[in-house]
Amino acid sequence: MADRTHPAVACRLNGRPTALHGHPMSRLLDAIRATGLTGTKEGCGEGECGACAVLIDGTLVNSCLTPLVHADGASITTIEGVAEGDMLHEVQEAFLECGGAQCGICTPGMILAAVELLSRAAEPTEQDVRVALAGNLCRCTGYMRIFESVLDAARRR
Amino acid sequence: MIPLLEGYQVAVPRSLTEALGELARHPGARPFAGGTDLMVLLEAGHLPPGRYVSLQHLSELAGIAETPDGGVAIGALTTYTAIQRSRRLADEYPLLALAARETGGVATQNRGTIGGNIANASPAADTPPVLLVYDADLELVSASGSRRIPYSSFHTGYKQMAIAPGELIARVHLPSRTGWGRSAGGRDYYRKVGTRRAQAISKVCLAAAIRVDAGAVQDVRIALGSVAPTVIRAVRTEESLRGQPLDAGAIAAAERTLLSEIVPIDDIRSSARYRTRVAANLLREFLQG
Amino acid sequence: MGPPQVGRSARRKEGRAKVTGQALYVDDVAPAGVLHGVTVRSPAPRGRITAIHFDPAIPWDEFVVVTAADIPGRNRVKLIADDQPYLAADVVNHAEEPVVLIAHPDRARADEARRRVTIDIDPLPAVLDIEASLAARDIIWGTDNVFKRYEVVKGDVDRAFSSAVVVVEGEYETGAQEQLYIEPNGMIAAVDRDHGITVWGSMQCPFYIHSALADLFGVPVERVRVIQMETGGGFGGKEEYPSMIAGHTALLAWKSGKPVKMIYGRAEDMAATTKRHPARTTHRTAVSRDGRLLAMDIDFTIDGGAYCTLSPVVLSRGTIHAAGPYACPNVRVRGRAVATNVPPHGAFRGFGAPQSIFALERHMDRVAAAIGLPADEFRRRNFIRPGDTLAVGQTINEPVDLPALLDRALSTSGYHGKRKRFVRENAGSAVKKGIGLAAFMHGAGFTGSGEVHLQSVVAVEGTAEGWVRVLAASTEIGQGTNTIFSQIAADALGVEPSDVEIAQPDTAIVPNSGPTVASRTCMVVGKLVESAALGVKHALIDAGYLPAVYTRGEFQTACARYVAAFGTLRGTSQYQPPPGLRWDDDAYLGDAYGTYAWAVYVAEVSVDTATWEVRVDDFVAVQEVGKVINPTLAAGQIEGGVAQGIGWALYEDVVWREGRMANAQMTNYIMPTSLDVPPIRVYFEEIPYAHGPGGAKGIGELPMDGPAPAILNAIADATGADVRRLPLTPERLMAVMEPARG
Repeated sequence: MADRTHPAVACRLNGRPTALHGHPMSRLLDAIRATGLTGTKEGCGEGECGACAVLIDGTLVNSCLTPLVHADGASITTIEGVAEGDMLHEVQEAFLECGGAQCGICTPGMILAAVELLSRAAEPTEQDVRVALAGNLCRCTGYMRIFESVLDAARRR
Repeated sequence: MIPLLEGYQVAVPRSLTEALGELARHPGARPFAGGTDLMVLLEAGHLPPGRYVSLQHLSELAGIAETPDGGVAIGALTTYTAIQRSRRLADEYPLLALAARETGGVATQNRGTIGGNIANASPAADTPPVLLVYDADLELVSASGSRRIPYSSFHTGYKQMAIAPGELIARVHLPSRTGWGRSAGGRDYYRKVGTRRAQAISKVCLAAAIRVDAGAVQDVRIALGSVAPTVIRAVRTEESLRGQPLDAGAIAAAERTLLSEIVPIDDIRSSARYRTRVAANLLREFLQG
Repeated sequence: MGPPQVGRSARRKEGRAKVTGQALYVDDVAPAGVLHGVTVRSPAPRGRITAIHFDPAIPWDEFVVVTAADIPGRNRVKLIADDQPYLAADVVNHAEEPVVLIAHPDRARADEARRRVTIDIDPLPAVLDIEASLAARDIIWGTDNVFKRYEVVKGDVDRAFSSAVVVVEGEYETGAQEQLYIEPNGMIAAVDRDHGITVWGSMQCPFYIHSALADLFGVPVERVRVIQMETGGGFGGKEEYPSMIAGHTALLAWKSGKPVKMIYGRAEDMAATTKRHPARTTHRTAVSRDGRLLAMDIDFTIDGGAYCTLSPVVLSRGTIHAAGPYACPNVRVRGRAVATNVPPHGAFRGFGAPQSIFALERHMDRVAAAIGLPADEFRRRNFIRPGDTLAVGQTINEPVDLPALLDRALSTSGYHGKRKRFVRENAGSAVKKGIGLAAFMHGAGFTGSGEVHLQSVVAVEGTAEGWVRVLAASTEIGQGTNTIFSQIAADALGVEPSDVEIAQPDTAIVPNSGPTVASRTCMVVGKLVESAALGVKHALIDAGYLPAVYTRGEFQTACARYVAAFGTLRGTSQYQPPPGLRWDDDAYLGDAYGTYAWAVYVAEVSVDTATWEVRVDDFVAVQEVGKVINPTLAAGQIEGGVAQGIGWALYEDVVWREGRMANAQMTNYIMPTSLDVPPIRVYFEEIPYAHGPGGAKGIGELPMDGPAPAILNAIADATGADVRRLPLTPERLMAVMEPARG
């Protein structure tokens, strides 16, 4: 149920010009999910788990802690915008090959964190990967195969 | 919880002048930068309804610049990520980057700002102890002008600040650190003890810098987080060390003095006893080099 | 037929949907006109409800409100003792106990209304820990606060102790642990005259909810339909709890006539739902001077919280595992599950075994030290061998070789060399290093006659297009159910996993293959998948549609033709117990499990004596598991379980205040991040189990048992501290290492 009592926030969402509706202090997470893009998840609502992570202008943010007003003029990438049509991103392909996803709920945020890392570090070490993903909690994998997936993706590029 | 948002108004000024005018007209309005602290409070039901002012467009308050006295001025809206990437800060103010990477994870660091962190006034904040060690000044601006205040005078009590209605933190000024560098016999130290290695609220945090010449302490700065209602400089401990040979006796005396300056508490994360013992251990670790 | 699928790291079946954000979890969908449901909960741990106040400032006519008085059927969650109400009526027995349900079209308004309902409670004395419960000054459950007792006896411990020369005693404690699946509990329910009650949601066991809802509404089970959606983690936390939230959501839907969605906030999920049972275990062990176990007297007590839930079964598993993989002629394990006024504890991976195994393996190190034997040598001298009998009365007939597992774990971890090096290096260092081990086993499948009572059924259907569909109630919750089922069926049929669809677990469509718990999904249900698939194959061969040897293409053609000719092609398989298993339901003794997986884990730690922080630097997990169906998925299970075990050992402290979890936020309940886990190195041995698919045993819970004792043994090795309690936070380690200071 879109709240249209406030001015819409104009942004680009996965490359598409989009008007997001809601109170300026409502969560960007909710506005994104209200468009039907439900790949961005709520795991905690306190900015701890990273399941809600998206890219704003290429940088990783927790959308549950981002007020909608901050999306004004922004270019937002969600998990749905990572693949190019049917062609998966190297990170997504690597997650499939290396077992980086189990239950999948942390996976969208985790993939975006990895995408952001690889956009600024072409040959990350495992330690670089650990640091970059420290704000994305995974309860299923123990992280090992996530590290492997990200390092594998880096090699594929 | 899911808050009802009707009682919250948000102003979005496009420039610093506009923002200051907004704050002058609405003295109770609260500015916010990255919003990470604010949104946590809102979702926990602890943010009072009212008028809020988003600083997102105030590019005047971003950026790191050199100042004529050889120091730096860090815009209040500088993010933790930008602090970590700054060469200028890495060279002369290395503790800032160390502290900046301790707060949350990458996503938090991309949004959290130094001004927001100061204004949130948590006694457990990671970067403020470093600002105390580096003798920071704050530049506060309002519609009627600007003023400077030593950061050490800024926090007057738990979540209380020497900031007037209508004022914004504009910049953090750090003086030149000539004389504190390695070649001059200087050594910096930062250690945060949290609940885990990342995304952790501090249980104890010690930031420090020391200058030693011929085995004697020329000058020292010691600041702590999570052991008092505000971040603190351990001024009596510093005094006990200045001019002393840095030997086992001086270190033991400094530990004792430190324990008289801190008032840690039991809380949901840790205990007063643990904080006390660890603060003393970190001080010793710093002094023993 | 191509190379076998079993043993391959086939890609996760639903993986593409997960990595592209297309997978649909319960909060990702909403029927038109859905209302949002919330729960008003007791503020007090125990007392009588004297009044419920609805703030008149709220326009209550806009809201749907449900209390216990509304419940059409039985206000009891159908499980074991059926003592737990869906909604408290006159009394509350724990903080966060549900009392009132509210729904509204706007989620924020529903949440606001929840805050405007106050429940007046006349407090009664609350029993808040095991000690208070056993003291029985206040009786809060039954006649003596004890949900269940269970005793396992072998030989004569009292006689053995009377002549024992070396006796070692110890008491060990483990705390509650929150499952912390990253997706909180959530359900959607719709109720109508034509279809009855339908719920969709995050769950492990659709048929548990199915029978619970029928009972709640007093309707035949045919009027209930339960559908599992993509589920973001369970670990046991979505085994029995979902019946409660499903019941609540369905009650609101039934009262309002509209679909209702209920998604728990994180704080609510942590504070109000089940956690791992806290436990206190005392060991008294008699050992010969040459290091042989003579007698083990074990007292194992678990805190079940306010209602019975699954405590009797958690107790039995913990009791049966309490004496571990050792040959000991005299054993007595006395188990008790007791009631306290905290939110009921429930299923969490391991289910009682991690608690009793922690105590045992920490204790074994202390026994070894008492007689001057190295920890590994002491284990070696006492390991069970084929032909030995466990205290529960099960003779181990499978070819277990624990010494070989121990050898591999020791050599892979570099255990002996490191121990020597650490002793040298620790002397001059503020950071002390240590290395420790744990040896254990974990029984797969339901205990005793549980699998027989479940009578699990799986069906495999051929389709008109020539591919097949597996119909089972077993849920994918991240562990890889869908993938391994497709591999197993593919091998049975001689096709590719991509030719095998796994039906969404929907009680209207799938037979009841039992709950997704107890390390049974691969071993027990996977075997049924195999035999049901073979049933399809044989139907085609027997009807002359396929020769005995055929290609994938021929199968597809035959399948399509058969369905065209006869309408359906279906193989069904029902669980049959392996021959020769004996179990006495009354005494609860005998062959407790069809088989065990066996393991030795080694942990290497660094302890910083300035801060008492512990870092796990390296972790080696060696286990014998029958057959690895999918190496990536199997290793993923071990790695994930080890990480949870590290969390339980060092970080995950539930802080209790007045019977409520005070740190119910992910900021303050600490699970490991990517920077907190060591390299976790996983190694499998395979001694095929005849009754598992491809020889596989169950492994889902096994990795939970080893990390905590291995880590605490390593900490003791590093520091000399006699640590006994989980989680061993730095504050607790400091207290052990410096007890004299005030």
